[in-house]
Amino acid sequence: MLEALLDAFPTLALLAWEPPGWGANLARGLVNSVQIALGAFALGLVIGTAGAYGKLYGGPVTRDLLAVYTTVVRAVPELVLILILYFAVTDLVNQALVSFGYARVQISGVAAGIAVLGVVQGAYSTEVLRGAILAVPSGQIEAARAMGMPPVTLARRITFPLMLANAVPGLANLWLIATKDTALLAIVGFAELTLQTRQAAASTKAFLTFFLAAGLLYLLVTLISTFLFARAEKWARRGQRGGQA
Amino acid sequence: MSQNPPETRPEAIRIENLHKSFGTLDVLKGVSLVAREGDVVAIIGGSGSGKSTMLRCINFLETPSSGRIVIGGEEVAMRPDGSPVSRRQIERLRRRLGMVFQSFNLWTHKTVLENLIEVPVYVLGVSRAEAVERAGKLLARVGLAEKSGVYPAFMSGGQQQRAAIARALAMEPRAMLFDEPTSALDPELVGEVLGVIRDLAAEGRTMILVTHEMKFAREVASHVIYLHNGRIEEEGPPEALFGDPKSERLQQFLKSVS
Repeated sequence: MLEALLDAFPTLALLAWEPPGWGANLARGLVNSVQIALGAFALGLVIGTAGAYGKLYGGPVTRDLLAVYTTVVRAVPELVLILILYFAVTDLVNQALVSFGYARVQISGVAAGIAVLGVVQGAYSTEVLRGAILAVPSGQIEAARAMGMPPVTLARRITFPLMLANAVPGLANLWLIATKDTALLAIVGFAELTLQTRQAAASTKAFLTFFLAAGLLYLLVTLISTFLFARAEKWARRGQRGGQA
Repeated sequence: MSQNPPETRPEAIRIENLHKSFGTLDVLKGVSLVAREGDVVAIIGGSGSGKSTMLRCINFLETPSSGRIVIGGEEVAMRPDGSPVSRRQIERLRRRLGMVFQSFNLWTHKTVLENLIEVPVYVLGVSRAEAVERAGKLLARVGLAEKSGVYPAFMSGGQQQRAAIARALAMEPRAMLFDEPTSALDPELVGEVLGVIRDLAAEGRTMILVTHEMKFAREVASHVIYLHNGRIEEEGPPEALFGDPKSERLQQFLKSVS
C-alpha cells in the first residue's frame, strides 16, 4: 500500500522523518508555530481581559488610551505591525541598552513572536471580551452586589464565568487566527512551519508535496482546536438551556 | 405601657426623608419608614409610584439623592450628593439584608446548591461543609430538597424564586427585602412563593415587601405604605388601609387592582 503510493508519488519520500526526508524540520516548524500561537493567545487574553475591564470601568484617560490601542492595532496590517514591532522595537531596545553602556542583546525569535502577535491578539480580545461582559445579564451581577460581594470576588466568581460562555466563539476565532498569523513571522526569519516548508520546497523543488503537507498540518491544528473549543463552550454554557454550538 | 409595646423592639431599618431623582425626574420626594424587628412592612402603589426605588435605596442598589438610612442602628455614611462614603460599609450592611428580585436573578452557571453556598463560602468565610449543610436545610424548607444539583434554567419560575429566597436566607440576614417577588410568575405559581414568604413572616422575620398582591399584603403585613408619585399618600395597619382607606387616591387604587 505504502509502496504503491510511493511509486505513484515519489516526492512523498521527502516527507520522511530522517534526512534526506524533511519531516523532522516540518514537525519542528509546527511545534514552533503552535508554541507561538499558544503564547500569543495567552498574552492576548491577559491584555484583552485588562483592556475590556479598563474600557468598561476605567477612567477617561484609561479608556482613551485603550481606544487608541485597539484602533491602531486593528487598523494596521499585521505584517506591517510585525515588521515595526520586531525590527523597530528590537532596534530601540538595543539603542537604549548601548546608550546605558550595556551590550546589545539578541531577542529570541519565540519571545519576539509571542510579544508581537500577543499585542495584536490583545486588541481583538479586548473587544471580544468587552462585548461578552456587556452581554452578562445585569440582574445576576446585581444579585451579587446586593449580597455584599466585593468587586474583585464578583468579577472572578460571577461576571467572568458568565462572560466566558459569550466569549468562547469569538475567542475560538482569535485562536485560529493566531495559529495562522504565526506564518507571518516567516518574514522576520523565524523558523515556523511556513518558513520550514518554503525551505524544504525550495531545496527539493517538490513544492506541491510540501505545501500540501503544510496545509494538512494547519488543518489538523484547526480540527483539534475546533474539537477542544466545542468542549470548552459546552462547559462554559453549563446550566444554559439550548443554544449549544 | 400595656401588653408588649412594639416600641421596645429594636429598629431594623429606618429611612428618613429619602429623595431620589433620575436626572430631572423626581422619583422619591421625601419618604420615611421605620421597620422594627419582626415587622412586615408592605409597600404598595401603582406603576411608577417609586416603590421599587424606595426598596432598592435601602441596600443602595439605587443611590439616594438625599436623606438618611439606618440599618440595625448603623447609619449609612453619605456624601452631600447621597453617594455612599465607604464601599466597605455598604457591602457589610448589604450582607445583613437578604434581597429577593422580581426576576429571581439566580446565577445560571451554578447549581441551586452552589447558588446557596456562594456568598456564605466566598464572602462570609463559612466553611464549605457548614454552608452545604445549612443550604440543605434551607432547600428542604422551601420544598426544593431534590433540586440541589439542578441548574436554575431547568426549574419553573416558582421553584427558581423559592431557591432565590433560600439563597437570600443562606446569608442569615437580619431582614429580608422583597421586590415584587411574584410579578414575573405565572398565576398558578404565585401561591407556592407566597406560601414561603408567609412562613417567614410567621416566624417573625423582619421584611419589607413591595408587592401587587393586595390580599397577601393585607394578610401578612404589620404595616402598609401606599406610595403615590414618590410620596407616602397613606400608611397604617393593613385593616385600616385596606378596610377603610382615607385618601381618594388609595380608594381608587384599591378599586383598580381588585
